[in-house]
Amino acid sequence: MQIKGIKDGILVRLEMDEWDIQRGELIDQINAQETFFKGAKLALDVGEQVLHAVDLGRLRDELSEKGITLWAVLSESSITRETALIYGLSTQLQAPRVPSTRNSGGLPIEGEPALFIAKTLRSGNKIVTKGHVVIIGDVNPGAEIIASGSVVVWGKLRGFVHAGAEGDEKAVICALDLSPTQIRIAGKAATAPKRKGKPRAEVVKIQDDHVVAESWRNKGRL
Amino acid sequence: MKAQVITITSGKGGVGKTTATANIGVALAALGKSVVCMDADIGLRNLDVVMGLENRIVYDLVDAIEKRCRLRQAMIRDKRYNTLFLIPAAQTRDKNAISPSDMIRVCDEIRPEFDFILIDSPAGIERGFRNAIAPADMIIVVTNPEVSAVRDADRIIGLIEAEEKDPVRLIINRFNPSLVKRGDMLTSEDVLELLAVDLIGIVPEDESVLVSTNHGQPVVLNHNSLAGKAFENISQRLIGEEVPWMNLDGKSDFFGRLSRLIRSGRS
Repeated sequence: MQIKGIKDGILVRLEMDEWDIQRGELIDQINAQETFFKGAKLALDVGEQVLHAVDLGRLRDELSEKGITLWAVLSESSITRETALIYGLSTQLQAPRVPSTRNSGGLPIEGEPALFIAKTLRSGNKIVTKGHVVIIGDVNPGAEIIASGSVVVWGKLRGFVHAGAEGDEKAVICALDLSPTQIRIAGKAATAPKRKGKPRAEVVKIQDDHVVAESWRNKGRL
Repeated sequence: MKAQVITITSGKGGVGKTTATANIGVALAALGKSVVCMDADIGLRNLDVVMGLENRIVYDLVDAIEKRCRLRQAMIRDKRYNTLFLIPAAQTRDKNAISPSDMIRVCDEIRPEFDFILIDSPAGIERGFRNAIAPADMIIVVTNPEVSAVRDADRIIGLIEAEEKDPVRLIINRFNPSLVKRGDMLTSEDVLELLAVDLIGIVPEDESVLVSTNHGQPVVLNHNSLAGKAFENISQRLIGEEVPWMNLDGKSDFFGRLSRLIRSGRS
């Protein structure tokens, strides 16, 4: 089973198996990580599984009892897709919406959606997402973030981060205190040298084909 | 009387869970509390050996859960304190012999009669760990000031948080002030900064722990041992007493250490 954070909540991809087994595994997973799933919007990728209204209705009720909203079911099966539509569920992940806001001068500022997490990631936590990630908290050794966009850590970065994981060399990694196990941007990897002196906010990016870290104070902009 | 269930766990093996369980149990009993120490490490039982009660085992936890005996029959009274009991683990079974709900049921059955139930968790993050934390009202994570133990403790704390088990307290075991002083060991500040949980005690590295473990005499019974004193302090904190922290930061000067040695020698 694969669990991914996506822009619209959580995407769970089930391994192909009997539906009862798939459903059981999903519920076990949710029970094991109650806090993670609680209140989540869930998109479920069931692959080729053929689902009828009874199955899906029962699952949706079970999930809603656990505080989880099932909003999308992805499937190669047209029967399953029809079933999903009966329940008013989406059958595809929406195209990313780009919210635009206006500043006081009336000039539009383009922004991109990001996954926002206001807690410390401990060893064993792993975030895989399309788009950007913002963490308010630390990223401890043994925790992993893999994002197709940029990663901002308002805290200490001591775990593993891969930004621009789908090849975007413009992606950056920012942290208040940068001492990661390993850092990657697009196809380039780097480890942090032993830091001397006080921690400082830094930005990591690719410059002239190398991963470089710069003090935020010296640079101030990307 | 409604017992507080405290599970002692760590993630990594060999950091001193069983030693901590036995010593806190003995120290709480010495403070006049009624205590049950339960070994949840099914298949790899140790707590009976550390408490020196190995030769008294007739029934074990799995026997009680599978109704081959009453729970009372599986409880072994300590030879030193009559308010201290041990429920040993089965040696011939494995972690799958019991479930989290069995553990909750067993604890609920004895809760009314005791002040504390201490559960010695197996290492790891699988079934055995989940069994051990299921009935817990408080979880004590034991770690050593060592990178791999701290990493595992962090993982375990993440899992405990995910299960919404509160509160979590930390014991830093085998702390060696002279290594810290040389910069060769993580300081308690390093550990706390990473794990971000409340500390309940720092236990110094102490040869007497090994000696007493081998003799089945928990080290708290040895009043000259710094580690024993540290476990005593932890137990007092558990019953809500304010106990000053032992000076183990590794930064103390020679005279500070000397006076501490003299003091511990006297007591």
